[in-house]
Amino acid sequence: MTQKTALHDLHIDLGAKMGEFAGYDMPLYYPLGVIGEHEWVRNACGLFDVSHMGQIVLEGAGAAQFWERLTPSGFQQKAPGRAQYTVLMNEQGGIIDDLIITRTAPDGFFTVINAGCKEKDIAWIQSQLTPDLKLTRLDDRALLALQGVKAESVMAQTLNLDLSALPYMHMTETKAVIDGKDVDLFISRLGYTGEDGFEISVPNAHAVALAKALLAHEAVKPIGLAARDSLRLEMGYPLYGHDIHAQTSPVEADIGWIMSKNNTGFIGADIVLPQKEKGVARKRIGVRLLEKGVAREGAEIRNNRDEIVGALTSGGFSPSLKESIGQGYIQTDLAVPGQKIFVNVRGRNIMAEVAGLPFAPAKTKSMKK
Amino acid sequence: MGGLKFTQDHECIYVDGDIAWVGITKYAQDALGDLVFVELPEIGKQVKKKEYFAVVESVKTAAEVYSPVDGEVVEANDNMPGDPEMIAKPLKEGGWIAKIKMSDASQLDGLMNEAAYEDYLKTI
Repeated sequence: MTQKTALHDLHIDLGAKMGEFAGYDMPLYYPLGVIGEHEWVRNACGLFDVSHMGQIVLEGAGAAQFWERLTPSGFQQKAPGRAQYTVLMNEQGGIIDDLIITRTAPDGFFTVINAGCKEKDIAWIQSQLTPDLKLTRLDDRALLALQGVKAESVMAQTLNLDLSALPYMHMTETKAVIDGKDVDLFISRLGYTGEDGFEISVPNAHAVALAKALLAHEAVKPIGLAARDSLRLEMGYPLYGHDIHAQTSPVEADIGWIMSKNNTGFIGADIVLPQKEKGVARKRIGVRLLEKGVAREGAEIRNNRDEIVGALTSGGFSPSLKESIGQGYIQTDLAVPGQKIFVNVRGRNIMAEVAGLPFAPAKTKSMKK
Repeated sequence: MGGLKFTQDHECIYVDGDIAWVGITKYAQDALGDLVFVELPEIGKQVKKKEYFAVVESVKTAAEVYSPVDGEVVEANDNMPGDPEMIAKPLKEGGWIAKIKMSDASQLDGLMNEAAYEDYLKTI
């Protein structure tokens, strides 16, 4: 049975083309179309329903130490309000899911996990809990993402919230008046588009009113999951289940920056720490096509002797760059920006090159207060 | 023969003697969304009925275009890879992807006419 978010009826009213994603009936695109939506987010401000993602709270003594066992990042030194992108690790050094963990109190963390991994993650986290810790699902909350250069002014003008002092990768818990009612919001300055913007956790009961209030602003249009994918692809952000998964390590995925020097005791550390020291056989890279065509997930990467040296894990057309891009894994000696390669699409070798990530610079704000 | 013919896979065909002009219907275009590339067949390629001879790439996905008939590709629309939105034009005014010289035109006999295709769309 396909699940619905609190905004489902609103998507239908807005003319969305709906489709199944991670067990939810979600908007893929609206009448504006994928390219139009993508460009709107790059130039103005887009509203995404990401309520299918899981929201959980972990509370209790030792919560920071707990996250340092399940992820390779550091949490004990994080100030309340600070958000961290990280991954849940398996014993083999692979990735169970990627997620954002935000410290809300000395012993409290708010976490957003991928929709498709929700049940798996929660079961895993539950199985690892120490007696002092309690995990709570926030299934009664929706999650909206407002992304784009105008996001800050839209929040000010529609909700009367001044977020100008909230740094990137920080969260604030606040109240806003929506439809005449005081509503409790968790607002995080982050996202999946490379734009400045916010993710707003709101009780389901007020989600539609919040979305309507934001959409009433002339700078805001609703954006579907298809443009969300092309936006994140331009930023080189990995998509779980495609670009990162149980058989890819953070070092191979080239997200070693999430690892903390102070954390050497995380699950999988015995495999991942030596990788960081000695290197790995393959690395995640960006790929830019130099000829016409589109290469998607699964396309082989070949060298100039037509030998298979890697594969794409994501790929598509970049509306901002007007060219085809992708990401994938390639043997490490070729993982150098500018390296000429071929991607094989339906038996045809298309000229391409290894590209640094992101493909276009992110426009996110500073992390400093 | 007169008029266009349609397949259940949303190809549309215009028959000009023993040449079939093949494109995709508006329904298929709408389902694909914004188009970014069309991969054309090579001239002289032998095609078989229900095998793909071209690929239409949209932002979201890649869709194969199937030949409605056995035959040989005699012309491909070279303007289309650089301007995929041409596919929205009427078949005879530039919306065709390729022209196929049919080896057995009777293979088209089972295809739908426009009215039947419209009815078919209501069932899917």
